[in-house]
Amino acid sequence: MKKDNVPQDDENILEGKFGMLQYATDKDGNYVGIPSKGWEPENAALKQAWEVINERVEDARNQVLEGKASPLLFHMEKHLMDIKLLAEHVGFFRWTVKRHFKPTVFAKLSESTLEKYARVFNITQQQLKSVEEENNL
Amino acid sequence: MNIEFEHRQSAHCENGAVSNLLNFHGLTLSEPMVFGIGSGLFLCHLPFVKLNGIPVTTYRTLPGQIFRRFAKRTGIQVHTQKFRSEEKAMEELDRCLEKGLPVGMLTSVFYLPYLPKAFRFHFNAHNIVAFGKKNGNYLISDSVMDYTTEISPEDLIRARFAKGTAPPKGRMYYPLAVPTDIDLKQPIIKGIKNTAYDMSRIPVPLFGHKAGHFLAKRIRKWPEKLGKRKASQFAGHLIRMQEEIGTGGAGFRFIFAAFLQEAAPIMGDDWLKEKSTEMTAIGDRWRDLAYIAGRLCKGRNNEDETYDAIADIMIECAEREYVLFDELYKKYK
Repeated sequence: MKKDNVPQDDENILEGKFGMLQYATDKDGNYVGIPSKGWEPENAALKQAWEVINERVEDARNQVLEGKASPLLFHMEKHLMDIKLLAEHVGFFRWTVKRHFKPTVFAKLSESTLEKYARVFNITQQQLKSVEEENNL
Repeated sequence: MNIEFEHRQSAHCENGAVSNLLNFHGLTLSEPMVFGIGSGLFLCHLPFVKLNGIPVTTYRTLPGQIFRRFAKRTGIQVHTQKFRSEEKAMEELDRCLEKGLPVGMLTSVFYLPYLPKAFRFHFNAHNIVAFGKKNGNYLISDSVMDYTTEISPEDLIRARFAKGTAPPKGRMYYPLAVPTDIDLKQPIIKGIKNTAYDMSRIPVPLFGHKAGHFLAKRIRKWPEKLGKRKASQFAGHLIRMQEEIGTGGAGFRFIFAAFLQEAAPIMGDDWLKEKSTEMTAIGDRWRDLAYIAGRLCKGRNNEDETYDAIADIMIECAEREYVLFDELYKKYK
């Protein structure tokens, strides 16, 4: 890649925080590091990955609102986790976590259990019980 | 507590952290040099290891390998430590900083609030360097960024003790004894030989140039086997592994080319420069591949931009890489 061809397709993926270092050759063929604001195919791939995640989150939210699942499912998806990862974080068996996805079971969870989940997601117990957007990520 | 720490940006976090730490201890080496001596370049497709349901393709060696190999080959002694207890891990970190030692740490990207949100997936092998404390926060040199930053102790604990695949377990490291004058010839030869072997001679179709052929065959089947949506997600994964933050572009190929270029005068061998040019050319083809994959991702591909087209380029890359690494291997055998 030539120095002048280092892509600068800024789609605010980096939030203007910094440029990614790319290696490219100058006019004498010597390698130099050039900061890049992003590249279109890469931006597309990243956006696609997030679309898939956002779909899952929305799906989980709807399930909660329809009363089919507990808010725990929503928060798990929101934090890009699966049952295995969540179980590891909170220190329960996978089947226990799965059970907590049932609204009836979730409603009866003890303070300390709720606190454990809340700490994994870094939110309050109040937030844990709702499917509102949180801004602590 | 303030440590004079020179922060230099790099493409890849592991090379960057190592190169910055060594620089602190008086040994100045570039990022490509660390990457090359540590034999970072690779190609590997594992259909049975899945990430979010997508088989993993990687253009580099396992996290941590580069550093281990580099230290071994240059004779640098490194102290590494992992922890069970969060408190002990933080105490030990504080103790080192108190002594004036910058410390490299393994963290999860997901819990680093200073990174752009789009990059924050659960990836457990991100290397950062702590070099001091200010108002209770840790001063952090994250080599993918062009400036230093801060992180609160709570966030740092979460990042160091993330769970999941290959949990970091609070791993931290710092060099103990660093010679300031190293003859790089032998380490360079070892680095090249290792990469050349991995790319051209591993007798398993999942690794090296063979992985290119293997993956190309599978890519051709994606559209009918997976359907349009899933196939485009697989293509997206290919790009992300190849181009996402930390690759220096073209799946680390350009970093390796830069390494060969830098190695040429040290080895007194202009032939390596030619090989660097060839590596660059192959890297450009990898980027052509990513470009088409990007169009497929968006669903804006024209008639020529198909999965077959990606597969064709991949086979071309694999063949050219085989020739290149075969020559390198024979040369330093």
